[in-house]
Amino acid sequence: MLKMTHLSKVYRTEVVETYALRDFNIDVKEGEFVAVTGPSGSGKTTFLTIAGLLETFTGGTYHLDGIEVSRLDDNARSKIRNEKIGFIFQAFNLIPDLNVYDNVEVPLRYRGMKGPERKQRIMDALERVGLASRAKHYPAELSGGQQQRVAIARALAGSPRLLLADEPTGNLDTQMARGVMELLEEIHREGATIVMVTHDPELAARAQRNVHIIDGQVVDLGEDPRFHAHAARAVDA
Amino acid sequence: MRRTVVIQPGIPSMFAYYFQLGLRSLRRNPMLTALMVMAIGFGVAASMTTYAVFRATSNNPIPQKSSQLFAVQVANWKPSDLDKGEPPNALSYTDASNLVRAHKALRESPMYPVAPSVIPADASKMPFNASAYAAYSDVFAMFDIPFLYGGPWGHDQDQAHGAVVVIGKALNDKLFGGANSVGREVDLDGHTYRVTGVMDTWNPQPLFFDPVNTQGFGDPVDLFLPFTRAIDMQMQTGGNNNCSTPADSGWDGWLRSECIWIAYWAELPTAADVAAYHRYLTGYAAEQQRAGRFTWAPNVRLRNVTQWLDFQHVVPPETKISLMVSLGFLLICLVNTVGLLLAKFMRRAPEIGVRRALGASRGTVYAQFLIEAGAVGLAGGVLGLLLTGVGVYGVGLVFSKDIARLATVDLSLVALTVLVAIGATVLAAFYPTWRAAQVQPAWQLKSN
Repeated sequence: MLKMTHLSKVYRTEVVETYALRDFNIDVKEGEFVAVTGPSGSGKTTFLTIAGLLETFTGGTYHLDGIEVSRLDDNARSKIRNEKIGFIFQAFNLIPDLNVYDNVEVPLRYRGMKGPERKQRIMDALERVGLASRAKHYPAELSGGQQQRVAIARALAGSPRLLLADEPTGNLDTQMARGVMELLEEIHREGATIVMVTHDPELAARAQRNVHIIDGQVVDLGEDPRFHAHAARAVDA
Repeated sequence: MRRTVVIQPGIPSMFAYYFQLGLRSLRRNPMLTALMVMAIGFGVAASMTTYAVFRATSNNPIPQKSSQLFAVQVANWKPSDLDKGEPPNALSYTDASNLVRAHKALRESPMYPVAPSVIPADASKMPFNASAYAAYSDVFAMFDIPFLYGGPWGHDQDQAHGAVVVIGKALNDKLFGGANSVGREVDLDGHTYRVTGVMDTWNPQPLFFDPVNTQGFGDPVDLFLPFTRAIDMQMQTGGNNNCSTPADSGWDGWLRSECIWIAYWAELPTAADVAAYHRYLTGYAAEQQRAGRFTWAPNVRLRNVTQWLDFQHVVPPETKISLMVSLGFLLICLVNTVGLLLAKFMRRAPEIGVRRALGASRGTVYAQFLIEAGAVGLAGGVLGLLLTGVGVYGVGLVFSKDIARLATVDLSLVALTVLVAIGATVLAAFYPTWRAAQVQPAWQLKSN
């Protein structure tokens, strides 16, 4: 479903080159629920934005659903984002001027979907997250958990092949976080491929597989000394 | 495998969607929106008001024929009496009658303004002066003058110095209650004239056939009568006359003089006709030179309607200046709008990031924000329209009455006002939109 091989992402300035990702390799199979963990600045979010075609990469290859994406133009990348990928962000990223219904509608509009089908999909997605009755509410009128559920409904409405979640519970209290996590698990059980970036080891443990990133590389949790060094620092702290 | 796919959602539905977003955006920040709408509204209104005046004054009064009708000039004055070497802007009676006698054009006519007293048949009504022109019958076909009843007098009446007249619709309404007055009689200066035709509404502005005496603008002509008859009746010109040397006394002395007071128009449909007529005029002037009347080389001009109006400076210079100033004002308003739109759009960088993540291409962002700018422009256009109405109403405070009444808000000005407002705003939105489309979604989403 998602395969990156020897992928690198370099940020260049006049004086310095910074590797956000270096010789990065990952292979996420269809239907997997993968948690991506790692310390701050390790490259987790860069990986996620490249995976979501929101950012280009410097070297290597990236196949998404069998398509090599490195040479695609903006239109093609946008179409893939629209049709194959659903995003869930830590900050929800709902559009404040649009009500719940209109927020969920956004990706379907870009797909050029006809009105009746669009409406059906929106209401199905909102019912799925338990917010059909809040369709006319604006984001500011909802709790954080409800906003994240709307964001999930927006991601689900287009029936994407891949869900990319960036700290989906990071801005939520424990109870709301549990509810969102249960929803993601349910979506996964129904067959969705989910890649979730998280700091939270408890959340990561609920994924099928964990991928740990340190210094822009995927490391083997059992063998890589950098992981143990990082873990030791974390314990000391 | 590389695949290039272009998003092509239904254009009308996306347009409606973006327009709806644009209207919502207007409500998002009322103060910013009000500033932009006012900037566009005032800028457009100033431009459209001055344009309404400019359009009225620079209007082509006879577009279907303006390139075929020529004002004739012959220098019958010595070069030192001429202004910048240009022949006088009217002819003497000698030249006018010689040219019309030769009749080298398809149609041609000398003409001069007269102001006869019209004495109503109803003795209870007071006599009044009519705005009239003495001309040959060719003038009606030459100027495409429309008729409500009857038609022009015949060429025979020109030759016979006939007591005939063509009256205007307004005069016909006044004298005959709007009835068909063909064959009926009108009393001018105590002499009876038979009506051969009643003109339908004919009021070309500027009054191209006589800008010398009208400054280009004025009321419609009340009546035409034969030139030959007017000369017989010794009707003096109601317009300007200029003499380089004093005229002899009496009417015959006036006719023999080199005073200029007669406009002369010729219809020359083709370039060959124009060239031939110009050769004829030059030959005529040379003949006058040989005869000893002119002691200078032939100096003649043929100017078509637009050239003639331009030569006579019919468009007041202040209309051009005010148009330029108002366009400059519009430009300043647009520069301000660029800044306001930039602020408005860049505040929405997070939204742009989300939309990009959800499948909007750069092109889609362009479309959305340009249409949104169009919505702002539409609102500015509506305000501009109201202000243009007020501005046109107040034109009389700055320009003369005759010009002010020509500056009107018609359908074309309404459409132009709205189009200019939308077009200018969309133009102003290009840079802000380009900046908006450059928003890096990853950065926006990370920074949230």
